[in-house]
Order: sequence, then C-alpha cells, then structure tokens
Amino acid sequence: MPARKFHSTWQSCRWLGLGLWLLGASTAAQTLTLVSYGGSYGRSVELAWVEPFMAETGIEVRMEDYNGGLAQIRAQVETGNVFWDVVDLTTPDAVRACDEGLLEFVMLADLPAAADGTPASEDFLPDSRSECSGGGLVSATIVAFNNQQFPDAPPSRLEDFFDLERFPGRRGMRRVPIANLEFALLADGVPINEVYATLDTEAGIARAFAKLDTIKDEIVFWEAGAQPPQMLADEEVVMTTAYNGRIFNAQVLENQPFTIIWDGQLQETSGPGIVLGTPRLEIARRFIEFMSRPESLAAISKYISYSPTRYSANAMVDSHRETGIAMGPHMPSAPANMKRALISDWLWWADNGDEMNERFAVWLSR
Amino acid sequence: MAITLKRWNRQALGAALLVAPLAIFVAVTFVAPLATMLVRSVYQPAVAEALPETLAALAEWDGGSLPDEETFRIAGAEFVALNERRALGSVATRVNRLESGMRSTLLGTARSLAAETPSASWRETMIAADADWGAIKSWLAIRRAGEVITPRYYLNALDLDRGGAGEIVVQPEDRRIYVSLLLRTLAISIAITGICLLLAYPLAWLLAHARPRRAGLLLLLVLVPFWTSLLVRTTSWIVLLQNQGVINDLLVTLGILAEQQRLALIYNMTGTIIAMVHVLLPFMILPLYSIMRAIPERHMQAAASLGASHWQALRRVYWPQSLPGVAAGSLLVFILSIGYYITPALVGGRTGQLISSMIAYHMEQSLNWGLAAALGGILLLLVGTLFFIYDRLVGVDRMRLSG
Repeated sequence: MPARKFHSTWQSCRWLGLGLWLLGASTAAQTLTLVSYGGSYGRSVELAWVEPFMAETGIEVRMEDYNGGLAQIRAQVETGNVFWDVVDLTTPDAVRACDEGLLEFVMLADLPAAADGTPASEDFLPDSRSECSGGGLVSATIVAFNNQQFPDAPPSRLEDFFDLERFPGRRGMRRVPIANLEFALLADGVPINEVYATLDTEAGIARAFAKLDTIKDEIVFWEAGAQPPQMLADEEVVMTTAYNGRIFNAQVLENQPFTIIWDGQLQETSGPGIVLGTPRLEIARRFIEFMSRPESLAAISKYISYSPTRYSANAMVDSHRETGIAMGPHMPSAPANMKRALISDWLWWADNGDEMNERFAVWLSR
Repeated sequence: MAITLKRWNRQALGAALLVAPLAIFVAVTFVAPLATMLVRSVYQPAVAEALPETLAALAEWDGGSLPDEETFRIAGAEFVALNERRALGSVATRVNRLESGMRSTLLGTARSLAAETPSASWRETMIAADADWGAIKSWLAIRRAGEVITPRYYLNALDLDRGGAGEIVVQPEDRRIYVSLLLRTLAISIAITGICLLLAYPLAWLLAHARPRRAGLLLLLVLVPFWTSLLVRTTSWIVLLQNQGVINDLLVTLGILAEQQRLALIYNMTGTIIAMVHVLLPFMILPLYSIMRAIPERHMQAAASLGASHWQALRRVYWPQSLPGVAAGSLLVFILSIGYYITPALVGGRTGQLISSMIAYHMEQSLNWGLAAALGGILLLLVGTLFFIYDRLVGVDRMRLSG
C-alpha cells in the first residue's frame, strides 16, 4: 500500500514537473505582436524586417494589420491589457500617442550606429521621428495621373492639379485637411519655406480653402491608400493625390500607365513605437533595435519605394527585388524628385490638427 | 401553501440561472461600455489631477487681466515637474483642444524653463519664451480644461462654446459642423427607411403569398446578399455606380446619356442612400415577411366579397394587419442607419457623410473621447426621443417581428 501511494505521488510530481517545464518553455518563447498597415507595405515589412529578425533572434513574430488611428492602443493601455507590442505609426500619430503616454520612449542612444561609426543621433533626418519612434521611412503624398488621359501635353507641376482649364476632369483627393491645405498654398504661389507660417494666419487658412474651392466641384474624395490607383485605372479621375509607394507598385507590378508629379511633393515620415506596458518589452526593444539598423531600413526599398530616415541607409538603397529596376530614382528623397519638396510639419499639425479637421469638415459640407 | 411557494422559488431561481449568462454578457459587453462612454462625456478629471496647484491659483484669478507673478511661478514650476514625469503631453493636448497652439506653448515653455530656472520674474521669462502666455485666453483655456465635471463636450457637440465670462456662445461659422451633420444624418436615415419600406413592402407581399417553392427561391435571393461581406457589397456598388461604372457605361452606350452627361451616382449623398438601402433592405423585408405570412388570405377574399375594391381591401384590411411588421422593420432600419459608419465612409464622398464619420475621427485620430462620447450620447438621446414619439403614435406593443 505505501509503495502504491508513493508511486502515485511520484506520478503526480512528474506531471507537475512536465507542466512547469511547459509553462517555462512557453514564457521563454514569447511571441512578439507587430501591427502594421497590411497590403503591399505590410508584405514589405514582413520580408525586410520580420523574417530576418526571426532568423537572427529565433523570436517568433506575429503580424497584425490595422488602418492607423490610436483608439485601440489607448484602449489597451488604459485597461492594462496590452496585446499589441510594436505598432507602425505615422509620425503625427506617434507624437500624439507619445504625448498621451501610450508609448515607451525610444532613446536615440539605444539605436544602432551607422557602419562608419556615426552615432544614431547624427544619422537621422531632422524632425523625422517622435521621441517614441524607432528608425523609420519617408513616404510622399504626390499627384499622379494616368498617361492615357493626357497623350499630348501631360501635366508636370503641382499647379496643374488646380488648373481645370488646361487639364479638365475630375481629381481625387484624400478626405482630410493634411496635405491638401499645403498643396493648395503651394499651387497658389506660396514658397516652400513659408507654407506653415502662412497657415498660421487666418488669411492664410482662408487662402488655402479659397484655392481648394476652385476645384471643389471636380473632386472625388478617397479614404484608403489603395483607392487612388484604382480610381486612376478606372478613369474615374484624371489626376489624384496618392502615396508614392502605391503608385509605384501599380506602375511596376501591374504595368499601369501612371506618372508621378514629384513637383510639390509632401514628405511624411513613419516609424514603429512600443506600446506602453507591454509584458514583452525586452523583445519589443530588440525588434526596434533591429529594424532601426541602416541595412534594415534600406532593405524595405527592395520591395516598396519608401526612403529610409537615416542618411547612412540611403546610400544602401538598391534595386527592386521582383523587377530588378533601380530604386534610387523612385524614392521621395532622390535629388531629382526633391527640387520642390515640402516636409510635413507634424508640430504644426499637432497644434492645429483638430481645428483644421473641423474647418475642413465644414468646408466639405458646404 | 408552503410547498407551492417553495416550488415557485425554485422555478424562479431556475429561470434566473438560465437567463444569467445572457444578462452578464449584456452587462459586460453593452451596458458597461455604454455607461463608461456616457460618464466620459461629462467627467474628465485628467487635467485637474495633473495641475492641482495651478488650478487652485487660477480659481482666485478674476479672468480680466493677466494672472499675477505668483500664479505664473506656480504654473511654470508645475509644468516643469509634470514634463519630467512625462505627464505634460496629455495635459497639453487637452488644453490645445480649447485653444489651438497651446500644445507647443506648454511643452516648449516647460522645456525652456527646465533648461534655465528664471532668476527674476517668471512672468516675464514665460512671456519671453512664448508670447501666448501674455494672452488672457491661454490662461482661460487652462482653467476651463481643469473642470472635472464639464458640459463642454455636449456644448461642442451642439456647435456651442463658452465665452470668456462663461456665457454660452455659438461657435464661429467656419467651425459649426455637428448640428448640420446630425440633421443630415436624420434626414438620410428617414429617407433610407422610407425607400426601404417602399421597396420591401411589395417584395414581402410576394414572398408571403407566393407558392412555397417560389417563395423559397425569392427568400434565398434576399438572404444571399445578407450573408455576403459588407465590404464586398459596398465595393460592388462602387464598380456599378462610379462615373466610368457599369450603369453609366450602359446609359451612354444605349445613347440615353451623352458622354458629358454621366450621372454622379456615387461619392455623394445619392451613393450613400443607394448603398445603404441595399445593405439594410433585409432588415425591412424579414419582419414584414413574417408578419404578412400570418395574415390569412381569406381576409382579402372576404373584403372583396363584401364589395371592397382591391385598393380598398388593401388599404383597410391588409395594411392595418401588416402594420406591426412595418413598425418593426422601420424602427430597425432607422436605428441601424443612424449610426452607420463603413458604407457612408466609402461611398459618401463629400456630401454623403454621416455624424458617424466625426465620431470615428474623435475616437481614432484626435483621441477626444469626451466629444465622441457626447456625440454618441446625443445620438442615443435622439433615438430614445424618436422611440418615445413612435410609441405614442404607433405603439411599441403593436410591433412584432413575426405573426
């Protein structure tokens, strides 16, 4: 009898041990949840960052898609139930989330130096990240058109987007004030370095809306980044504002006869941040460190035409993996594309975004 | 007596246990979030908790001239301390909502004060760091952002605001948006409900009184779109209705329209109404169908035999009996459409946006959940009021989902 009792106790100890071992194994092999925008961009993130990171560290990464916005991050932080670890954010969103205490700080000193030893603090484009963002990418809002619509004299300048006489037809425009107010002022003759100073005055805002008024009846508004290439392909519009990467993909992967007008491009940056209070902070920081390396940032350009926010990474930009074409000329930061380029002032938008959005909504409804 | 009471008790307990899962589910997933949001629309303690000393000093202030040196010193020191705990950012965004530009004023001043503590006057140092501190409205904004219980969000949601002395004023014209959007939402929802009823009534009649096999097939046609993904259906409408879409192409090919006369069927209010009628139609058809199926066909025959014309029989015999279905379907469609988001966002363009687009903006982008909650609260109140009027006119007890 005692022997049997001993045996059963031993048996349960073994099961308990196995259980504890499994528990230990599952906490050791943590899975990092990375949230990004999906689509062709999400695929690029997976190929350029996620797969090499998993290969190097053995850490499992699970990708999830979202459409921007901060409501879900805030809900997770406020309820203390954080299941998103790293989230890809546009810089304005990252600034706001950082202000609200929804993200961990990312110190430049913790980010890897360039190959030649230049510290990260001297390697980033000015104002290209929030205090909570890792290394990032530059994308541009540009005007694009369908070549078939203008066989003889194609548009070439931002002003042409607002010129209904020479280039009749409907225009696509994102249903937000950001980018559109800047484009309106640029096309109205405001020099690059005075755009935000002009928007700081009541007269400047009125001037921007007055310029938008001149094409208001011809505007078709879009919401998601995938819409503008589709609207161009369907000939629903003759010209549209769009993200340069989406147009590039349509050009090279679908052979669409689209052209980008780089004149007057508006550059915005994005970069991932770590959700405050994630139980997987350690591996989240490792991921940020990995993707902030110049070679990781440059690797994205094999798949999509977004430039790195680090000087040293720009030199590493190579060719498109699938088609072999050189990516340099397709980048927002290519010198030929930078002749008239405006860098989006996220500080101005952080101060004035809410008011501008209300005014834009009023303008829309009138 | 004792035995029946005991049995009754046991039965009641059993019933309660059966309902308990649903009751808990509803409480957790519906009542609690709704209550939290409604509380948020009036209760915002964040700024008051962050700036207790500044707000205490400002409570004494008359609001007519600039605060005194002591207030400047208390506020400046509190900003610096908060910024070191990285808690100033959320205060700054909240003050910024009341006065655009205050975000960078607060954060920038805190940074410059931390770099160098003023040796002489805090007031002059702060005004030198940012001229906004010399404006009374900046201080008023901080004081108002510090209100714990505030009607501000409801006022804003009705395009109102408070002036310097706390009086209620109408927002400047270029920021008045919510009331007109609310009215448009109501108008579009009523239009959608009306169109759904017009389309669904004859179809439900057909369904209810056709031979079983044909009725089954028709019902399938109603249900298949209902089972299809909402996004797929909405995108299909884009393909059909857009300027270079199927319908316009057909009209041009048939010579009904000239190339320049293509109709604007989408990215406007028309697009929103067409797509939403399609999405919501089953919610009208199904209650109508189940009520109509229970109306005996003999009633119509009896009316005819008593000399009623077809129209009279329909109006005086059939219609009153189908009214519970009309009531149920209309209420369902109206309430669903008043808060609809995704379809108008995709096909609404400029003129077809509903109030939901602004609620989504304040939830997702601006993180102004107080205003989003107030807009939701007003919507809730509106639906409640309409439900009440409806109850008085039609009678909710007459509403049935099946015969």
